[in-house]
Amino acid sequence: MFFRVAVLVLKKDFTIELKSREIVYTTLLFALSCILIFSLTFVVEGQPLAEAAAGIVWIAIAFSGTLALGRTFERERYSETLRALMIAPAPRAAIYVGKLLGMVALLVAAEVLLVPLVSVLFQANLVAQLALLAPLLLLGTIGFAAVGTLFAAMLVRARTRDVLLPILLYPITVPVMIAGVRGTSALLQEPAESTLAIMWIGILASFDVVFVTLALWTFEPLMTE
Amino acid sequence: MRKAFIPLLIVAAAMFAYAPIFIANAPYESTMLLIQKVMYFHAPSGMVMLISGLIAGLASAVFLFRKSRAADYVALAAAELTGVYGAIVLLSGPLWARKAWGVWWVWDARLTMAFVGWLIALAYLVVRKYGGPGSDKLSAGLALFGAANVPFIYLSVNIWRTIHPQTTVAPTLPAGMREPFWFCVAAFFLLYSLLMTARVRLEHQRAALDDLYLAAED
Amino acid sequence: MTPDFDRVELFELSRRFGRRRAVWKVTLAAHSRDILGLLGPNGAGKSTLIGMLATLVAPSSGTIRFGTADGSRSSAALRAQIGLLAHELHLYPELTARQNLTFFARLYGLEAERVVPGALDAAGLTERADDDVSSFSRGMRQRLALERALLHNPRLLLLDEPFTGLDDRAVTLVSTRLRELAANGAIVVVATHDLDLADGLVTRVALIRDGKLVADEPAAPGLRSRYRSLVSQT
Repeated sequence: MFFRVAVLVLKKDFTIELKSREIVYTTLLFALSCILIFSLTFVVEGQPLAEAAAGIVWIAIAFSGTLALGRTFERERYSETLRALMIAPAPRAAIYVGKLLGMVALLVAAEVLLVPLVSVLFQANLVAQLALLAPLLLLGTIGFAAVGTLFAAMLVRARTRDVLLPILLYPITVPVMIAGVRGTSALLQEPAESTLAIMWIGILASFDVVFVTLALWTFEPLMTE
Repeated sequence: MRKAFIPLLIVAAAMFAYAPIFIANAPYESTMLLIQKVMYFHAPSGMVMLISGLIAGLASAVFLFRKSRAADYVALAAAELTGVYGAIVLLSGPLWARKAWGVWWVWDARLTMAFVGWLIALAYLVVRKYGGPGSDKLSAGLALFGAANVPFIYLSVNIWRTIHPQTTVAPTLPAGMREPFWFCVAAFFLLYSLLMTARVRLEHQRAALDDLYLAAED
Repeated sequence: MTPDFDRVELFELSRRFGRRRAVWKVTLAAHSRDILGLLGPNGAGKSTLIGMLATLVAPSSGTIRFGTADGSRSSAALRAQIGLLAHELHLYPELTARQNLTFFARLYGLEAERVVPGALDAAGLTERADDDVSSFSRGMRQRLALERALLHNPRLLLLDEPFTGLDDRAVTLVSTRLRELAANGAIVVVATHDLDLADGLVTRVALIRDGKLVADEPAAPGLRSRYRSLVSQT
C-alpha cells in the first residue's frame, strides 16, 4: 500500500513532466549555467583549477536542486492539489516518498550531464572513478533531496517561500556537502584515495537513513495546520 | 521560580561583576598572555550555545508531536538565545584564534558547528517572522532537523580537519585557571536560565493577552 | 475496516489564528440524508469549518465526532469516508480528465477501469475525456472535480462554494446530484454565501457570522429574505 501510493505519485509527476518537460529542461540548463559561471571564476592564468572540480559539481547540484524543488511544489500549490493528496485515505508519508523519488530521479539526470562536463572543463578525470563516484553522488543526492522535499512541502503555504527554502535547506545539508565534496576530491587524487571515499560514502548512507526516517516521522505533523 | 527570579538575578549580576576580577587574578598563559583570557567567556558561551540548540530541537519535537504550546515558547526562547550566545562565541573566538594560530578563522569541527548552528538559529527566527501563518510549525521542523544534524556536522568536519584544542583542555587547566573558568561557566548558565525563564514567560503573557483580547470581544 | 457513521457532531469547536478567531464555539450536527447549508458572508469562517470537518485543519479547542469515532486524529480509514470539493478544485491542469480521475481513483485504492467511465459520464465529459483540464471551462472543471470527490462513495461530502462560475444549467445539474446523494444516505455539507442558490437545495440551515453560529434550524423557503439582516455585511 505504502509503496504503491509512492509509485503512483511518482508516475503522476512523471506523466505531467513528460508533457511539457519544463522542469527537466530548465533545471539542466540552470545547472549548465552554474558550471559555466563557477568555472570562469576558478580559472587561474588560463588553467582551470582542478581542485575546484569537486566543489563545483556539488554546488551545481545544490543550486539546481533548490530551484527544481521550488518548481515542483509550485505545481502542487496551483489548484492546491497537495491538499487533495493529504485528504486521500493513503498513508501521508507515502506522498513524501513519491515526491522524493521524483526529485532524486531529476537530480541524477542532471548529474549524468554535469559530471562528464566538469571532467572535460577541468581536466579532472571524474568518469574514471565512476564505481565509487556513482554511489557517492547517489547517496548525497538522496540526502539533499530528503531534507529538501520535506522543507519544500512544508513551505508550500508559507509566504516568502522562494527564499526561505535555501535559507532552511543549506545549513541542514552541510554534512552532505562536506561528505560529497571531500569524497569526490579524494577520488580525484592521483592515485585515488578509495578508502577515504568509501568512508565518506558510509557517512552519507547514515545521514540518509537518519534524515529520511526523521522526515517520514515529521511529514504529517508538519503538513497539517 | 518566580520568587527566586530577582534574587538569582542579583546573584548573576554579582557574578558577572566579580568575574573580571577573578579572571584578572588568574595566571597568564605562557604564550598567549592577555588574549587567552577571552577563553573564560568564549568557552562557557560555547557550552551554553550547544545546550540551548539541543533544547530548541527537543522542545520543537515536543511541540510537533504533542502539540504543546508551552513547548513552542521554550523552543522560540532557546532559538533566540542560541543566536545571542552564538554571536558571542563567533565574535570572541576569532579574537583568540588570531593570537593563538595566526588566523582569524579555521574550518575545524567546533567552529564550523558553531557557525552552522548559528545560521540555523537565525533561519529559525527569520522563518518565524516572515513565514506567515503556520510559521511556528515550520521553524519547529527546522529546529528538530538542526538538532539532529549536530552529530553529523561534528563527525564530518572532524574527519575533515581539526586544529581546535581538544575537549580535554578543561580538566587539564592548571590550578589558578580552573576556578575562574568554572566560575564563568556557572555564571553563564545562570544567566541563560534567567533569560530563558523571562523570555518564555513573555510568550506566555502574549498568549494570555490574546486570550483576553478575544474574551473582551464577547 | 472503514468506520461508517450516520452523523457528524461538532461540540464547542473553535479555531484561532493568533488574535483572529476564525471559528468560535460552534456546536452543530449534520445527519445522514441532510443537506446542511453553512451560510454566511465571506470571511465568516465557513472554509475553516470545512477544513476541520475534512481533518485538514486541527481545531484549537472543542471536538468533532464522526458517529462514535473521535475526529481529532485523522486516520486513513476516516478519510476514506470523506469527500471534499473545495474552491480550488484540486485538479492537475496538465493532465487530461481521464488521467486526473484515474490518478485519484488509484490513490483511493479503487479499480480505475471500473469507476472512471461512470464518473466521466456523470460529469458529462465523456467526449472531452482525453483533453487537458487546462482547456476546460470553470463549469466543466467543477463537474469533474465533483465527480472526483465522489469516486470513493464517501459518507460525508463537503463542498466549499461549489456554485462559483456555474451557469444555471450546471447549477441545476449539481443540485440534482447532491439531492440524489443525500437521498442515498450521504451527509452533505455545503458552504456558500449565495443564499439564492442554497434556497430549495439545503434541508437545514446553519448561519455563520464572524466565526460564530447565529442560527441553526430546518430550512424553509425564502432564505434570502429570512436571513438578509443576519448575512448582510456591515
